[in-house]
Amino acid sequence: MADPLLQVTDLRVTFETNDGPVQAVNGLSMSLEAGGTLAVVGESGSGKSQMAFAIMGLLARNGRAEGSVRLEGREVLNLPSAELNRIRAQSIAMVFQDPMTSLNPYMRVGTQMAEVLELHKGLSRRDALAESARMLDAVRIPDARGRLSQYPHEFSGGMRQRVMIAMALLCRPKLLIADEPTTALDVTVQAQIMDLLEDVRTEFGTALLLITHDMALVAESCDRTVVMYGGRVMEQGPTRALFEAPSHPYTAGLLSAVPRLDGDDSELAVIPGDPPDMSRLPPGCPFAPRCPLVMETCREVRPVLEELGDVRRACHAEPRAVA
Amino acid sequence: MFRRFARAFISPATNPYPEGATEIVAGRSLWADARARFLRNKAATGGLIVLLLLIAFALFGDLIAQWSNEEIDWAMLGRVPEVGGPSLANGHWFGVDETGRDLFARTVQGTRISLAVGIVGALVAVIIGTLYGAVSGYVGGRTDQVMMRIVDVLIAIPYMFVLILLMVVFERSVIMLFVGVGLISWLDMARIVRGQTLTLKNREFVEAAIATGVSTPRIILRHIVPNLLGIVAVYATLLVPSMILFESFISFLGLGVQEPSTSLGALINGGAQNLRNETPWMLGFPLFFFCTLLFALFFVGDGLRDALDPKDR
Amino acid sequence: MSAPLLSVRDLSVTFDVPRKGAMPWTPPQKLRAVQDISFDLKAGETLGVVGESGSGKSTLARAVIGTIPASSGRVVWQGTELTGLSVAARRKHRAEVQMVFQDPLAALNPRMTVGEIIAEPLRTHRDVTRDEARRASQEMMERVGLLPNLVNRYPHEFSGGQCQRIGIARALILEPRLLICDEPVSALDASVQAQVVNLLRRLGREMGLAMIFIAHDLSVVRHVSDRIMVMYLGRKMEEGAAREVVGAPLHPYAKALISAIPRPDPTRKRARIALEGELPSPLAPPSGCVFHTRCPVARPDCSAGAPALAEPAPGRMVACPYHSEPVRAAVNS
Repeated sequence: MADPLLQVTDLRVTFETNDGPVQAVNGLSMSLEAGGTLAVVGESGSGKSQMAFAIMGLLARNGRAEGSVRLEGREVLNLPSAELNRIRAQSIAMVFQDPMTSLNPYMRVGTQMAEVLELHKGLSRRDALAESARMLDAVRIPDARGRLSQYPHEFSGGMRQRVMIAMALLCRPKLLIADEPTTALDVTVQAQIMDLLEDVRTEFGTALLLITHDMALVAESCDRTVVMYGGRVMEQGPTRALFEAPSHPYTAGLLSAVPRLDGDDSELAVIPGDPPDMSRLPPGCPFAPRCPLVMETCREVRPVLEELGDVRRACHAEPRAVA
Repeated sequence: MFRRFARAFISPATNPYPEGATEIVAGRSLWADARARFLRNKAATGGLIVLLLLIAFALFGDLIAQWSNEEIDWAMLGRVPEVGGPSLANGHWFGVDETGRDLFARTVQGTRISLAVGIVGALVAVIIGTLYGAVSGYVGGRTDQVMMRIVDVLIAIPYMFVLILLMVVFERSVIMLFVGVGLISWLDMARIVRGQTLTLKNREFVEAAIATGVSTPRIILRHIVPNLLGIVAVYATLLVPSMILFESFISFLGLGVQEPSTSLGALINGGAQNLRNETPWMLGFPLFFFCTLLFALFFVGDGLRDALDPKDR
Repeated sequence: MSAPLLSVRDLSVTFDVPRKGAMPWTPPQKLRAVQDISFDLKAGETLGVVGESGSGKSTLARAVIGTIPASSGRVVWQGTELTGLSVAARRKHRAEVQMVFQDPLAALNPRMTVGEIIAEPLRTHRDVTRDEARRASQEMMERVGLLPNLVNRYPHEFSGGQCQRIGIARALILEPRLLICDEPVSALDASVQAQVVNLLRRLGREMGLAMIFIAHDLSVVRHVSDRIMVMYLGRKMEEGAAREVVGAPLHPYAKALISAIPRPDPTRKRARIALEGELPSPLAPPSGCVFHTRCPVARPDCSAGAPALAEPAPGRMVACPYHSEPVRAAVNS
């Protein structure tokens, strides 16, 4: 059997902080086929961003990643930075929430894009600029050639995110990690960017790993979903199955807490309490303090991921009780 | 390409829900947090200890000194290079100066003056500079323009020249020195504080206070100033050494403190002039205290800056 | 019919934006952040204001509360015109209109304890002792779902959702008549948003509060509002009962906005009205109808003159003469 594009096995990310070690990601396993889509959903403190940084090798200095991340069968976790740089350039690219932080405000957009190509593909400045213009055109930026000579602040928020996507695609990566790509944008622009990501995926065959807090966005754009909470996987499986019949109380709670345009006017369903403090996770299930189905075992024994049809879930409660 | 590196992992706010507690829970203020961070910083804590020892030395050194700072040891006079060196036997622990006065007592007294100058300068800067800058920045508009142009004009005046004039016209005294130091020390502070105020006043909690109807003086005193104190404290600790250096420079020029009073700068000046008489202790002891004081202050200031660093909140 | 609590008439807010590289004496450019907005608010009623960033909804809120001066128009509060009042006279009215802010932590002074923060409006407007103030803020904390024994804690010791509760407690301690919420939940986690929305709804009902609820997320707004106003580039595009505006929007912009909201349902690929391009610069708004540059059903005459607000049904307003035209939606597969 051919290796999947991305195979993450038992990924653990630990940070050394002043308050002792903090487990940001704990035992995450997932795989993504070439050209596929996968969403990682979670709230703040769920460890979803740290997971992406670990895959990219961009963890902060006090962070440590263990486990295995294989890209086309090749182990990439904790590679020396020179090798990692090459892989990052050629196979994985990342798009961040705030495009302004990843663009140099004092460089023209064209120069920044061309530099990437010169560095990684050895193109001449002329060819690199031409290719950059083609890529800006591919992300539907009007007058791509003219905009090459502009600075990032001359672009609007949505346009900047397009530039970031174009830049990420320059080296034709096989995997695009998008970390909350539309959170800073308006809904109409969000719709444009999500459509663009979908087009890019079909056009370039790039697999998409979408990291988001927005359940609705996941429903629309990804085939498979991983739901994280407190650094642990709560539930993972095909998006459709998760949304139709969530087997974990957290997934169920998240889904019912989303305000709907078509729902009734009654009070919104709520998950009580607050997102977890990562430095002080409970010994049992991290969701136990907020869970409506909590039992005695939940507070003491950490549930392990079990297969349930297409879905894997980490919960002590009966699946029937959740729905 | 500007690559955004992973932010240091910040743990979310601690859960303030201790199960079933009913008594009022004491909060941990930002100051308490900063104090904890400061105490973890070894260099800063070391600096603070040294600084406290130096202050104790300046305040209580007189009590253990065998001689006063004005008394001339006639036994030494005339043969200072031969017999005036540091000695435990005759009570001149640091030796004597060129006129036979006890250098230990003089160093104690000099450290006291230098510290006083530094602290007075910093205090003036903290009080006047902070209020001036906060008012200017918060009120804004034309008031801000006028207030800041006044500062510009004052900064543009060559203060050294003015101070020398002051010293010459009026009597050379410690008071005059304080006045001179006070005149210049608050200018930079006012500018720094104004800049900080400009960013603070656009924060939502200030807007919330305005929307509630809190009066302007109260907003400045309750909302702006407390949030400035971090940067003010840091800048003030760094200002103390620069004021001490400034005083030393004046004294080195021979314009500072009047005899028989002295300061570290004046002592170093005297020691340097007597260097060729082979009396190295006259330079060495004041210089040692001077450098130790500056290092301690810089370490404390640095530690404060790290401890109060807003990025870490 | 009783007189409205708040009545806003033709309110406009204009900012001066200095031209780049211009001499100090050249007149600055005018940025019309809010233009000719009128609405009424009855006691106990909630008006949702929706629009994308740059639509002027936050500026509108600040002009109503008076932290940003209005350049023209009137804000009438219970029969008293507020625009043009002196600062001191206006301060008295501040007790009756309070505000909740977007960024829960940034809206709280980090050097004050929670008790001091919540009691501040009380100490500003009423003559209370320190003890009374503390007791009042503890009571308020309980009402918003915080443990009252945490009065001496500092804001940074609370999570985002709890900070927003503190902000709500501060806004409600004077028992105002009107609460203006500026994106109160958009900075919160999904699971906490619903808690705060419910809290605002419940307190609003209990205290008989009128609310102006500003958000970019229509689905949240729909949950709290009786009526909804849709804004675009500082102008009112549509207004009506919440259910009607969401269920059967009239203005092409409102239709597009609603269709762009993702729905948590993977089985249904829904039709989406694609809007071309992005918000035009408010410094140089399009002529005529400001939406015509992105409107899927724009006609040549849309750029000629600004459309007047039509009232197709009582209480329903729309600024588009062609609102009955169907807008084609593309199904994105």
